[in-house]
Amino acid sequence: MTLKTWRELPIGCVVSEPGSASEYHTGSWRSQRPIWDNAKCIKCGICYIFCPEGCVQQSEDGFYAANLDYCKGCGICAHECWPRAIKMVEED
Amino acid sequence: MGKRVGLEVTVAVAEAVALCRIDMAGVYPITPQSHIAEHLSNLVADGVLDAEFVTVESEHSAMSAVIGASAAGARSYTATASQGLLLMNELLPIASAMRLPICMAIANRAVSGPLNILNDHTDIMPQRDTGWIAVFAENGQEAVDLSIQAFKIAEHKDVMLPVCVNIDGFQLTHMVEPVELPTQEEVDRFLPPFTPHATLHPARPVTMGAFAMSDYFAEIMKAKDEAIKNSKPVILDIWTEWERMFGRSYKPVETYRSEDADILMLTMGSMGETARLAVDELRERGVRAGLLKLRLWRPFPFEELKAAIGGAKKLIVTDRAISFGGPGGPVFSEVKSALYAQKQRPIIYNYIFGLGGRDVQVKEFVAMFDKVISDVDNKMADTYEFWGVRE
Repeated sequence: MTLKTWRELPIGCVVSEPGSASEYHTGSWRSQRPIWDNAKCIKCGICYIFCPEGCVQQSEDGFYAANLDYCKGCGICAHECWPRAIKMVEED
Repeated sequence: MGKRVGLEVTVAVAEAVALCRIDMAGVYPITPQSHIAEHLSNLVADGVLDAEFVTVESEHSAMSAVIGASAAGARSYTATASQGLLLMNELLPIASAMRLPICMAIANRAVSGPLNILNDHTDIMPQRDTGWIAVFAENGQEAVDLSIQAFKIAEHKDVMLPVCVNIDGFQLTHMVEPVELPTQEEVDRFLPPFTPHATLHPARPVTMGAFAMSDYFAEIMKAKDEAIKNSKPVILDIWTEWERMFGRSYKPVETYRSEDADILMLTMGSMGETARLAVDELRERGVRAGLLKLRLWRPFPFEELKAAIGGAKKLIVTDRAISFGGPGGPVFSEVKSALYAQKQRPIIYNYIFGLGGRDVQVKEFVAMFDKVISDVDNKMADTYEFWGVRE
């Protein structure tokens, strides 16, 4: 995303496009990413329920993964996953 | 032209605000502002003014309510003083950052403690850096005129910033003064309907007051600084238009017998009226004394101040607040920094007076001039003194 100069800002920084927050990829804040081990995953969906960003999604085969555009790497999914199928690994 | 009538200044201000056809007022009563709130609510209750008068539960709510109303596109007004203004504090920079043209009267009153209800400028000074345009009235007529001008300045498309009109508590607010209120037709001609830069409306959803991180925060601050600096030419134009329509002149720095003055005094607010009498007395004695009255506090009128000081040798800056443990009064430190890069600048003195409503009489202004004149070696220069404090 190209950052605007101060001259380009709208008056009062009004955001005139609804839903445009999704263009802001908060995944750039992440220092760790969650990795699912589908051999241990029982598809209970607790990671999906607890993710505060709502970025954990279920795929067609029933397994889960995080949308890394928005995953901030908080680790709540890994903490809550009782079969211990999610591991947090350092980002490069 | 309206009729000249005798009115308590708060009532006159409320009448002036009603002439501006406000859509909404959110005011919490506090001495010495309360009569503005009371009279506005009477005007609404009597059906004279078609506006929502929101009886909020605190000044924090008052400012929150006017921010919401202004964001919805309503011409919004509030008034407060002292502790009330301090309670509003956290919302003041939000109103200016959202570029909402809210107008507010501040019936300047000392800040506690100790508790004191009387006049000084210790309430407005801590709000200096909140991004509000700030003007000071010297008498009732100015309080009326500035209250009407405030909406036109605030709502100008090149400004879109909140404006506070400072009216000295009791010294001005509770005086019955001869005031000329413009007619409704005249105000309608002067003040066009409010056209907001954006509004909260379900059909056209926008976000106002969004979150910003370090990648944008500095740019937003820079844009706000430029906005308030750029408001000055608009303010000057509006004052010129006012003078053309109503015959009363307004300048960022008002001058009185200052053209050939060797020694100048600078005041802000109602004290200018008394200081003017002192200047007359000194002039009769042959002292080339003059007076500068700072009307526009934010944006600070650097150029106009330098021009008004001209070649004066000594300048007495008066303050009705103090920056504890700092350089003296806030006006003093501002004026000093404005003059720092000047090759020719006056020797500068600071008297802090009129705190918590203490009266300052003509003879005391004369004594201040005399004390500075007698300081031939400039030993007291660059210092501040609590005038009249018991040792």
